[in-house]
Amino acid sequence: MITSFKKNIKGVVIEGITLASALIIIAIVIVMLTVIIIGGKDQLSWEFLTSFPTDGMTKGGIFPAIYGTALLVIIMSIAAVPFGTITAIYLTEYAKENSIIAKTIRFAVRTLAVIPSIIYGLFGLGFFIKFVGAHIDGAFFGGELKWGQPNLLWASLTMALLTLPVVIVSVEEALKTVPNELRAASLALGATKWQTIRKVVLPGSISGILTGTILAVSRGAGEVAPILFTGAAYYLATLPGLGDQFMVLGYHIYVLTTQSANVDQTLPIQFGTTCVLLLLTFILNMTAVILRYRIRKKKTN
Amino acid sequence: MTKNPLKDKAAGPPALANSDQDRIDITRKKFRIGDYLAEKVIKGVAFLSITIIVFIFFFVFREAFPIFSNSKVVKPSITEKIAQAPQETYGAVTDKPIKQSKEVNTQTNGAATDSSQVQEQYGVQTIEPEPESAGDEKEDTYTVSAGSGFDDNQSALKTLVTKDWVPVSQKPRYGILALILGTFKITLISLLFAAPLAILAALYTAIFANKKMKEIIKPTIELLAGFPSVVIGFFALMVLATFLQQIFHYETRLNSFVGGIAMGIAAIPIIFTITEDALTAVPKSFFEASLAIGASKWQTAFFVILPAATPGIFAAVLLGIGRVFGETMIALMATGNAALMDLNPFSSVRTLAATIGAEMNEVVFGDTHYNVLFLIGSLLFIFTFFINAIAEFYVKGKLMKRIQGK
Repeated sequence: MITSFKKNIKGVVIEGITLASALIIIAIVIVMLTVIIIGGKDQLSWEFLTSFPTDGMTKGGIFPAIYGTALLVIIMSIAAVPFGTITAIYLTEYAKENSIIAKTIRFAVRTLAVIPSIIYGLFGLGFFIKFVGAHIDGAFFGGELKWGQPNLLWASLTMALLTLPVVIVSVEEALKTVPNELRAASLALGATKWQTIRKVVLPGSISGILTGTILAVSRGAGEVAPILFTGAAYYLATLPGLGDQFMVLGYHIYVLTTQSANVDQTLPIQFGTTCVLLLLTFILNMTAVILRYRIRKKKTN
Repeated sequence: MTKNPLKDKAAGPPALANSDQDRIDITRKKFRIGDYLAEKVIKGVAFLSITIIVFIFFFVFREAFPIFSNSKVVKPSITEKIAQAPQETYGAVTDKPIKQSKEVNTQTNGAATDSSQVQEQYGVQTIEPEPESAGDEKEDTYTVSAGSGFDDNQSALKTLVTKDWVPVSQKPRYGILALILGTFKITLISLLFAAPLAILAALYTAIFANKKMKEIIKPTIELLAGFPSVVIGFFALMVLATFLQQIFHYETRLNSFVGGIAMGIAAIPIIFTITEDALTAVPKSFFEASLAIGASKWQTAFFVILPAATPGIFAAVLLGIGRVFGETMIALMATGNAALMDLNPFSSVRTLAATIGAEMNEVVFGDTHYNVLFLIGSLLFIFTFFINAIAEFYVKGKLMKRIQGK
């Protein structure tokens, strides 16, 4: 009796410690969310979202940053989603599970996922700007500096590399939920492998591709390190094109908090911008979590 | 679950199907250009990930490479004649315009731009138009002989293994030891904070939690994983730093402690997710067997499940290290960014990644400083690559063996 009681006490205490750890993590998330949302909610207004910064970035809105972020994630998605989806198709539909090629590709994808984002920035600078861009300039513009410098295109492509593993993993998970009976049925009806993939497998996993895209967009909107030296700009008076530098939400926060002359003066804008970025990624992630939850439910059914 | 029929061409009932196959052979063997092309394209694209890894390695290293070569063009503007103290590795005095010093100056090396102090510390230093000066050659062990000309990069390479990081001064020195120490210090702090928290929380989620709690914890962690690091950095800079300073009363507001905690927050989702995966991968039979011989739930959790999943947890911590190691934005915003060589957790640090992030925008492309930053990048890349490789092959292999009882 006594020993079992002691055991119980110990068990309760230990379970309590693990529960406390979980609760601390939840608390951290809640505190971060509330502090930033409370700090930034007064700043949030239609005007703040749609106007340009004024008075040397101490007043005004963040429209160019939102615009730049949107362009960045759109171009990034256009590059990352097709390639990610195709890689996932290869891994689930073509490659044999334990072949060396499949294993190497999986290893490469996981490595891509853990490479620090700043390395992508260096790669973007070394490859896209200094190599591809410089060669384009040399070949088409007679050496005039046009593409061999940081701009929106190179930043987006750098970001696409960073988000590629996110897309691959999500799409792969979704492709696996398509029942093999469907594939078998399609093949039995005389469809070729490619027809089966196109008409049966892909439509069945469209929500997974969507999840992957959303997660990639959320990641791309929040990352700053890869675009630090591949295209992000401190301030621009005009909206960017493909060959221009651009403003972006995350970089805007970084610049305002660490590089501006008077940090206290811009504090409301900092909180406002952080709040916008956080809400943006928060909503995107929520959507992805719900979508993924549905996919997993479908899988267990 | 049935096998994916798209994958097994060879499988299927061989003997019976043979006759059938002969009959439909005409349609089956028909060459379909669409299918053929699709397969080739898909295969080609799938190799993209591998190609990217190779490219990253190649191009990051390519920009760092000039530092190892002697072939760099001698800058005509640089003339020098140095007598050096034995401890000091190198001092170059250039008569090209001095770049404005950035925030890299710290207590230890802030004096570097001050020429009078430089003279006191490093001995005779004169600027002469004549690069050759036979008398000084003997004293200066590091400068290249007059015939081959002065080589900026060679000297930079020699300063790498020192503690002074003064890239922008008359005598640029690229000692990365303080940066490495700072990175390790901050990694340690963040791990001490994040690893126990994340592992215990994962243990709770995997073993003790009921379904409802699981449905709260897991999405919350996923949301935390989705927090942009710049937002965590902002939170650390604006809120956490002040809050922690009020508790611990240390001097510098931004230091490795604040940065470490903030990076820990960023690393929690990674450690949690992988640990939880490892814990749930332990077969149910382990759990049931333990309970059957009279162990309680917590005993089972700590003495059966946790040991069985150790390699996975190790992998989780490794990947957490990788995350913290390469974290840039939080390091830039919350660590104070001073390259100090001390072990005090409450002093400012400058990490490798933050150095790249802060200085790359301000260097001259192709400059030695630029090359050194890429060299640091290569180090980071190699480090994370191997961490991932260890986590992948060694740990997972061990985990599988242990679980399958081999």
